[in-house]
Amino acid sequence: MADPMKIRANAIGDSTEVKVLMSHEMETGQRKDAQGKTIPAWFIQNVQVMHNDKVVLAAQWGPAIAKNPFVSFKFKGGAKGDKVKITWTDNHDETRTDEVVIA
Amino acid sequence: MQPMKRRASINAFALAALGAVFGGAYAQSSTVDEIAKYREALQDGNPAELWEARGEELWRKLQGPKNVSFTTCDLGLGPGVVKGAYAALPRYFPDAGRVMDLESRLVFCMVNQQGMTEADATANKFGNGNQQKSNLEALAAYVTSQSRGVKMNVSLDDPHVRDMYALGESMFFYRGGTHDFACATCHGDDGKRIRLQDLPNLTKVEGAQKAYTTWPAYRVSQGELRTFEWRLNDCFRQQRFPELEFGSDAAIALTTYLAARANGAAFDGPAIKR
Amino acid sequence: MDAGRRHALKRGGGVTLLALIAAAGWWKPGDAFAAEWNKSAFDTHSLDETMKALGGSAPVPSKDIAFFSTPDIAENGAVVPIGITSQVPNTQSIAILVEKNPNMLAAVFDIPAGTEPSLSTRIKMGQTSNVFALVKADGKYYMASKEIKVTLGGCGG
Repeated sequence: MADPMKIRANAIGDSTEVKVLMSHEMETGQRKDAQGKTIPAWFIQNVQVMHNDKVVLAAQWGPAIAKNPFVSFKFKGGAKGDKVKITWTDNHDETRTDEVVIA
Repeated sequence: MQPMKRRASINAFALAALGAVFGGAYAQSSTVDEIAKYREALQDGNPAELWEARGEELWRKLQGPKNVSFTTCDLGLGPGVVKGAYAALPRYFPDAGRVMDLESRLVFCMVNQQGMTEADATANKFGNGNQQKSNLEALAAYVTSQSRGVKMNVSLDDPHVRDMYALGESMFFYRGGTHDFACATCHGDDGKRIRLQDLPNLTKVEGAQKAYTTWPAYRVSQGELRTFEWRLNDCFRQQRFPELEFGSDAAIALTTYLAARANGAAFDGPAIKR
Repeated sequence: MDAGRRHALKRGGGVTLLALIAAAGWWKPGDAFAAEWNKSAFDTHSLDETMKALGGSAPVPSKDIAFFSTPDIAENGAVVPIGITSQVPNTQSIAILVEKNPNMLAAVFDIPAGTEPSLSTRIKMGQTSNVFALVKADGKYYMASKEIKVTLGGCGG
């Protein structure tokens, strides 16, 4: 299973700021190994951030997102103690979901 | 675009006056400032935290033939004490009979407490992607993160440490290899750089402090968390020196010299670098 | 994939399809795997091609889109911080395009109601290039552009 994400969700005024670090190779499919063979593309394609039952961010990514992706954004609402859940799915159909409590 | 025009005119002048040799004056402030902005923008969200999390798990995990964790490993401040330990390394360990840096001490615990062979303990010392992760790098990330904010305090009381410091110092200035390089060739003066990379002057306390306190670091160009052992190894490679053996007296001597020269500065790792 | 969905994908683009699917109740927020990935949009080499794949018309330059915490020079193209804020009313999505990358589209972020149309992330840039912040608002497209110099390309090493 993929390594866990590092998620920070902080209540700031009447909003919640989410910062997430994901562990993923985000291989572009452009690189070649030492033998000259192309290293196959392997990257996160979909990301979904939920606050309780609501989607607060959804994204489609290509391999041009940097390795070990980082995203930071804010949504209105969210109180201390609420849950923020993030899911990613990659082009190998691997997936990872992690959640945190808003601090 | 203003900066472009300014740079172009300086460029022409510099090339005419200096030929192909870049002088310190050519590193014009606008480029340096912009790169400083790049480095600052990187600070928010350091992938090193992923290594720190994995390292913390590994610290507590029962492993090796003897099924022991690192919580009995003494990094110098007592068994299992991690907080502030890195800021006081390298140090002399009587149970090992030598001065050790963080990695050699971790390997010592893996071999002597967890029952691993040295080969197994150092198998993937430098990670290469998610398929070839380095436990040592993860452990280093965790342990060093517990010294963040602590002032470097490598003690030179012990004669073994003083010997290593002296050896490290002479190594720093020793010219060798096919290119007749010493560490000092790149790091012995102000205003040196390789392409757009400003090189810290490690012979000045300020330069030594800034450099040593920011390793380990997530190295963007490597996509990995790299430690000081890696940094020295890579310097040797770039100087066309023979490979610097991991955990060797040579590596530890240089580390002792550079760590002690950073004394007094707050440790600031794991950092993030290009 | 049935013909109807394929047709909708080609015509409507992945982003609007997502919203349609969610609105129609076909995709409940918990279904992570139901999310579509607009393959053709991630395989384009010009702004025109990208807009076609996204199902939108040519974007209008807008001063209401700004970059923040985005340096002019990236020391390494493998990790380039990009921050985008949109003050275009009713922003639905923010996309990042890198003109000279092997494929232009780097990412599309859907901004549901209640989420600030402002985010930052990191992209890879193969070489010095214009970066476009593409905003979809009220079904129309707007954009801002910034040149970022790259001292060491980030796609192949």
